[in-house]
Amino acid sequence: MREKILALIENNSRLTVPEIAAMLSAREEDVAREIEGMEDEHIICGYHTMINWDKTKDERVDALIEVKVTPQRGMGFDSIAERIFQYEEVDSLFLMSGAFDFTVMIKGKTMKEVANFVSMKLSPMESVLSTATHFVLKRYKDHGTIIDEVREDERMKVSL
Amino acid sequence: MRNPLNQTIAGIQPSGIRKFFDIVSEMEDAISLGVGEPDFDTPWHIREEGIYSLEKGRTFYSSNSGLLELRREIVAYVQRNHGVSYDAKSEAMVTVGGSEAIDLAMRVMLDPGDEVLIPQPSYVSYLPCAVMAGGVPVSIELSAEDDFRLTPEKLLQKISPRTKLLVLPFPNNPTGAIMEYEDLERIVPIIKEHDLFVLSDEIYSELSYKGKASSVIEFPGMRERTVYINGFSKAYAMTGWRLGYACAPREILSAMLKLHQFAIMCAPTTSQYAAVEALKHGEIDVARMRESYNERRLYVVNRLRGMGMECFEPFGAFYVFPSIREFGMTSGEFAERLLREEKVAVVPGTAFGDCGEGFLRISYAYSLRDLKKALSRIEKFVGRLKGQS
Repeated sequence: MREKILALIENNSRLTVPEIAAMLSAREEDVAREIEGMEDEHIICGYHTMINWDKTKDERVDALIEVKVTPQRGMGFDSIAERIFQYEEVDSLFLMSGAFDFTVMIKGKTMKEVANFVSMKLSPMESVLSTATHFVLKRYKDHGTIIDEVREDERMKVSL
Repeated sequence: MRNPLNQTIAGIQPSGIRKFFDIVSEMEDAISLGVGEPDFDTPWHIREEGIYSLEKGRTFYSSNSGLLELRREIVAYVQRNHGVSYDAKSEAMVTVGGSEAIDLAMRVMLDPGDEVLIPQPSYVSYLPCAVMAGGVPVSIELSAEDDFRLTPEKLLQKISPRTKLLVLPFPNNPTGAIMEYEDLERIVPIIKEHDLFVLSDEIYSELSYKGKASSVIEFPGMRERTVYINGFSKAYAMTGWRLGYACAPREILSAMLKLHQFAIMCAPTTSQYAAVEALKHGEIDVARMRESYNERRLYVVNRLRGMGMECFEPFGAFYVFPSIREFGMTSGEFAERLLREEKVAVVPGTAFGDCGEGFLRISYAYSLRDLKKALSRIEKFVGRLKGQS
């Protein structure tokens, strides 16, 4: 049942317990208990809202930073990662295969904040060899959702 | 001037609920739960194959019976699902929607006066197609007490010496009823004993929520007397592509093909290329859509029962068929008042045969958001009716 609950709320965390129970043909108590369990076990790590900031007055930017590092003796990637993700500017951090080591995502900051973060905090770190910063110009699709799409139901209103 | 019309065609009544539909389409802010097609777009990889065929200039006719590649996929699909084999070259054809196949099958099998058994409530085209083919439609009125399945008793009651063809419209539009293996097992001996043929319309077969759908062709001796009809509209959300197919014994199929080649020539080639992709790689999409319909199905049944409406559990298609008999109104009256007072459009059960009286067809091929909004309005309406009585 856990996977089924997760599949439902992954794209709509506002579904209520009775709604989920109805859709899975399960008992409300069971659904509530499973959700609580998954929260405790950190399988469900949070409930976020997808916002199209471009439609607000907010003028901040998102950036993706490629980071190359040299893992130090006795200090693998994990502990470097820990030093990076502690910064509150960092929205997401991934260890990558390929030409660089980490992807750092920064969301909703001004250009200046991003520049300061890279030049003052990230680059000077001892293990960091180089960085390449890319700014997001436009978001088309995020978390499986097409950002600008407002779909009208164009089907005929009644068909047999 | 002489009457320009053929008497048979002139005698067919246009659907009585046309007027109701007109009101619905004029009401801008109404939420409709009246649509008989998927709310998904055709999966992108299937659409892209159609686009690619256009880019490559494949804008020619296909052979009358359809692209051989597609027919091979079709017979492989039927083999996979039902363990029954058909010859792609002589026992399968591609049609313009499942509905063309229904029309063809009736025309080639019926002689004037032959009776066609049509379980109702069911899709609106069986009856006029039977009439246009010169047959005599005989309705079998299914009931909620049997979960709208066809029972041996009901079948036997309507068989006469003139009966030639039985329509099996399962999973069913509008009721959502299915025929499970055991249900079919009970009627198969009767079909054989009375030497009937079967038109099995399995267009909703992929949308079954109680395990894989069974087909009458799985039973020994039935493949020889059945026209199996399916298509891409519901399973792959491809209604507008207009593509269906039929598999039948060579003798029947070649007759159907004869009509098809003179009236239609061939099904749209673009759609056929897209359909090859659908059958080759679309299984995952079908499963994903089925899962999503199933969640909404359970939600809607739960809500309707929660507001005290009598609603049997439908295990197929994307409709629920609740009873409104307790409110002392006809289906038409109920639907019209619901539309005027709460601006929700549903289809009166009577659109699908007289025995649909006392029921509504509610489609759940809508976003959960729309369903929630519409069901809350229905709840208000029902609450008001219950308060009055």
